[in-house]
Amino acid sequence: MSDSFEPVLIGFTCNWCSYRAADLAGTARVKYPPNIRLLRLMCSGRLDPTFVLKALASGADGVLITGCHPGECHYLEQNYKALRRYLLLRRMLAQMGIEPERVKLVWASAAEGVKLAQEITDMVEEIRALGPLNWPQRHNGAALHADEKAVKEGTA
Amino acid sequence: MTQHNGHTGQERIGVYVCHCGSNIAGTIDVEAVALWAAEHLNHHGVVVARDYKFMCSSLGQELIEKDIKELGLTRVVVAACSPHLHEQTFRIACQRAGLNPYLCELVSIREQASWVHTDKKAATEKAKALITGGVERVAWHEPLEPLRVPIHPATLVVGGGIAGIQAALEIADAGFPVYLVEREPSIGGHMAQFDKTFPTMDCAACILTPRMVSVGTHPNITLLTWSEVTDVQGYVGNFTVTIRKKARYIKEDLCTGCGICQEKCPKKVIDEVFEAGLGYRKAVYTPFPQAVPKYPVIDRENCTYFQKGTCRACEKLCPTEAIDFEQTDELLTVEVGNIILATGFDILDARRIGQYGYGRLANVFTSLEFERLSNAAGPTNGQIVLRDGVTQPQTVGIIHCAGSRDRNFNNYCSAICCMQSLKFAHLVRERTGATVYNFYIDIRTTAKAYDEFYQRVLEDGAILIRGRVAEVTDAARLPGEEGKLIIQVEDTLAGKQRRIPVDMVVLSVGLEPRHDAKEVAHRFGISCSADGWIIEKHPKLDPVATMTEGVFVAGCAQGPKDIPSTVAQGAAAAARVLARIQQKEIALEPVRASVDESRCSGCRICNGLCPFNAIIFHEDRMVTEINPALCQGCGTCVAACPAGAISGTVFSNEQVLAQIEGLLLDVARRAPATEPVPV
Repeated sequence: MSDSFEPVLIGFTCNWCSYRAADLAGTARVKYPPNIRLLRLMCSGRLDPTFVLKALASGADGVLITGCHPGECHYLEQNYKALRRYLLLRRMLAQMGIEPERVKLVWASAAEGVKLAQEITDMVEEIRALGPLNWPQRHNGAALHADEKAVKEGTA
Repeated sequence: MTQHNGHTGQERIGVYVCHCGSNIAGTIDVEAVALWAAEHLNHHGVVVARDYKFMCSSLGQELIEKDIKELGLTRVVVAACSPHLHEQTFRIACQRAGLNPYLCELVSIREQASWVHTDKKAATEKAKALITGGVERVAWHEPLEPLRVPIHPATLVVGGGIAGIQAALEIADAGFPVYLVEREPSIGGHMAQFDKTFPTMDCAACILTPRMVSVGTHPNITLLTWSEVTDVQGYVGNFTVTIRKKARYIKEDLCTGCGICQEKCPKKVIDEVFEAGLGYRKAVYTPFPQAVPKYPVIDRENCTYFQKGTCRACEKLCPTEAIDFEQTDELLTVEVGNIILATGFDILDARRIGQYGYGRLANVFTSLEFERLSNAAGPTNGQIVLRDGVTQPQTVGIIHCAGSRDRNFNNYCSAICCMQSLKFAHLVRERTGATVYNFYIDIRTTAKAYDEFYQRVLEDGAILIRGRVAEVTDAARLPGEEGKLIIQVEDTLAGKQRRIPVDMVVLSVGLEPRHDAKEVAHRFGISCSADGWIIEKHPKLDPVATMTEGVFVAGCAQGPKDIPSTVAQGAAAAARVLARIQQKEIALEPVRASVDESRCSGCRICNGLCPFNAIIFHEDRMVTEINPALCQGCGTCVAACPAGAISGTVFSNEQVLAQIEGLLLDVARRAPATEPVPV
């Protein structure tokens, strides 16, 4: 691991809370490291664990999943389903030899721009400490791409 | 030229990078990004990439429209601000040029890059990655039509203060039905408690009560006081609302509002709500004489009959036999198309500010108590007197910003306290001739005719001292302080510490969100800021809408404000609702899930996941179906389906996976892979 390692993170955001928190962080000019690239979903419940694996397999060193606080889901309770999947996914990652800390779930309401920026900042540093994942190099890409093809075609 | 993209592999994509003046261009090298996109993304279907000063300007939009027509673009990516700001703008531009609006994707390089990063090189590289994600995603977009849902013409207004009254009257006058729900026995809200209103000093009751009467008698308004909303189901245009109408123990159809029951009730209770604890009411009561509706309520907690089993004096004496001790709470269900929340504010509990002595020092009053003291219909008939009920104060100290602009309590300015405090100073001068000191941090008299009022109060002889009061104490140290309240303050204009003895202290306490604002917001599916005020859709351009379609906010529920602004918001929310009702239907984002029955194995994993009951299982065919009218588009079932039989529009698996690939394309390219990583 060289000192110049800049981790790349993918962040999944919920359209109703954390995506707006990111908007708010922007409007308020709150700063966070450029190492994260955000992607919008309608709800954290939309997060297919495959998306996380896809991000790691495509070269991300970590994945941040964000959603509405428990009890505040725009779709009533779907963030709890995201929580369930997240907990299972972390166990699965460990079995695959990937540090479960590379995937993190945090809650951020539409008002919490500062909190989201802080969570991003913290996670970038945590992943920096873990070092690069290098999944595309560590693993044979072929099997993963077969899985992904199956997801796209709906035969998984 | 195109290698592979989307379903067809033939998409022709245009990329438009906005400078947003210097908002984006100040941090991101937008020209370089556009040049890079044209050169490096052409294998991904990009046929043109341009940068422009303001893409959202009409010239910027025309640029896109021209390219769609001349270059035959089939997809558009705009790298600019958040889609929550301008997605509609660019979708409409695409539509004008004949492209389905849903074939456009907005990439937020302002909120998510230029505004939050300082390293220009890194921000520029990030912008490239975000755009690549957008390009990969947009190739998988499908032409869609918005969902059209009918709007039920009735409206629910929650809260019967001046904001709710204004909103309800505007809508009812336009000819549409309104349900106005108020949890207290009467409408009127805080304004009904006030004596005078600044800056014109007209009497609050004189301007408010005619409006209250209009609400009570309006044929289009169903007034439900002593009631609370317990449940909200549905979505814009089609809400089903459950309202708990608490038992009044009064038959509304028989009661004439004669007031004999209140007169004869033997049980006196301190009125903590309307009289702010300064006056009394009976166990059967209307909060004030002009209450609307006129029917009283029996307060079960304090009624002698309910507590001890005997009395029933009101029942015996009621001339119309309107008392009914057997009444129970009723649950009503109403259908409405839109909802306006006008739930108001609470005042900060002055006991929390220990150094000001409220609750410990008798003659420290809150602003609301002072309103009741000075009100001609209040407990002292408008006499401004000390807590003993007789002594007129010789000197009065009025403390602004009590609990506002203070990191120990609330950081925000409560907006009304300066004018309220000046109003108090004027009333004290006018009614008692006492010496008045106002202690302020800054004077904020910014609305129409407000500063003129401030000048008038200065001319009245009020003494204004600039400085935050450190302490109010009864510990006399100097001659002339015995038996007085001493206000310790740093006079920041004179540059010295002062001790000012007074007889009465009035705390202009700050406004706070209702104690249950969070619960209420959750019930209606909207969010509150960290302070607890309801978040509006946009602080400047959409101040009365919320993030939830069909739910609007008016008055102090959204943040502290004075009566003119509250009334303006009530009317504004009503105007928004009326526009909706007139349109008769609304176009919604077509984000919906659907099942490919040929792929559904009937495993029923998705069946338990939908909180909207949109998923139906057909036992006969052993397949699941999704009712598009009930589906809200969260996508949880899409993510759960092990057979990939459920697909979701706008956020399909293909779109998300392609976006992830695009976002990480540079990383994949950079990686010294042992074998080529297909992208």
